[in-house]
Amino acid sequence: MIDKKWIGHEFAPHSTVVEAGRLRLFAKATGETDPVFSDEAAARAAGHAGLPAPPTMAFCLDMDVPDPFAYLAEMGVPVQRVLHGEQRFTYHAPIHAGDTLTYRSRIADVYDKKGGALEFIVKDTRVENQHGRPVTELRSVIVVRNPAGAAQ
Amino acid sequence: MSKLAPTALRALNVGDELRPLTTAPISRLTLALYAGASGDHNPMHVDIDFARRAGAPDVFAHGMLGMAFLARMLTAALPMSALRQFGVRFAAVTQVGDVLTCRAKVVERLEADGRPLLRLELAATDAGGELKLAGDALVAVP
Repeated sequence: MIDKKWIGHEFAPHSTVVEAGRLRLFAKATGETDPVFSDEAAARAAGHAGLPAPPTMAFCLDMDVPDPFAYLAEMGVPVQRVLHGEQRFTYHAPIHAGDTLTYRSRIADVYDKKGGALEFIVKDTRVENQHGRPVTELRSVIVVRNPAGAAQ
Repeated sequence: MSKLAPTALRALNVGDELRPLTTAPISRLTLALYAGASGDHNPMHVDIDFARRAGAPDVFAHGMLGMAFLARMLTAALPMSALRQFGVRFAAVTQVGDVLTCRAKVVERLEADGRPLLRLELAATDAGGELKLAGDALVAVP
């Protein structure tokens, strides 16, 4: 079982730059053909201040650390036993290529179901831009599948 | 693009649907590109040898790829600045070869801080109708 002491734990913040090439590759990978997401001139013509990050990009850029799953290892959770259960975004301001984002994450909750066969980690992340302005909040629910009997 | 004009957005009522989005079949190339673009390098999505050693029959799609498709449907119809909240529950794994259809339906008109909002119910299903992602979005009406 995951130690409940992790509830409230705050991880060290990290920062990353939003690169235009990354946004273009993301558009290609997701089949996005609207030039607003790959061509800065088209983005500006559509009223954006620069090449905009699509709605789920803030989650992806949180992966820009040497090991994005290190927090699970720290909590004693084997990565091959986890599934992404839920994901939520709350939007406060747009993100554009060239922005520097700072991520601050904490464990909001840890709970279990089915007598410990399933455990849930709720991780909240606040994202700020280079002006100190909150841009996005993320809530991830990670499901840990424990083998039978491991709960005891 | 065929974004809804502010007047069309204001006229949306409970029960109305956005234009659905149907993806190309999810290929291994898609998963490789998405791994690089997203920064999620979990080998379960791109390395079949690793996936088999972990007991899976094949690689499978990143859940967040499905959420990115739902996002494409939303931004095709709505100004991105109107999006206030966007959440999903990953109901089932998306496999290589699956074709996803993303849908959004207005389920509630509400107000927050005196400003009108729409709540949308979202779903991504495969060609057989199996639900892969279920979600919701909160959209500001101009």
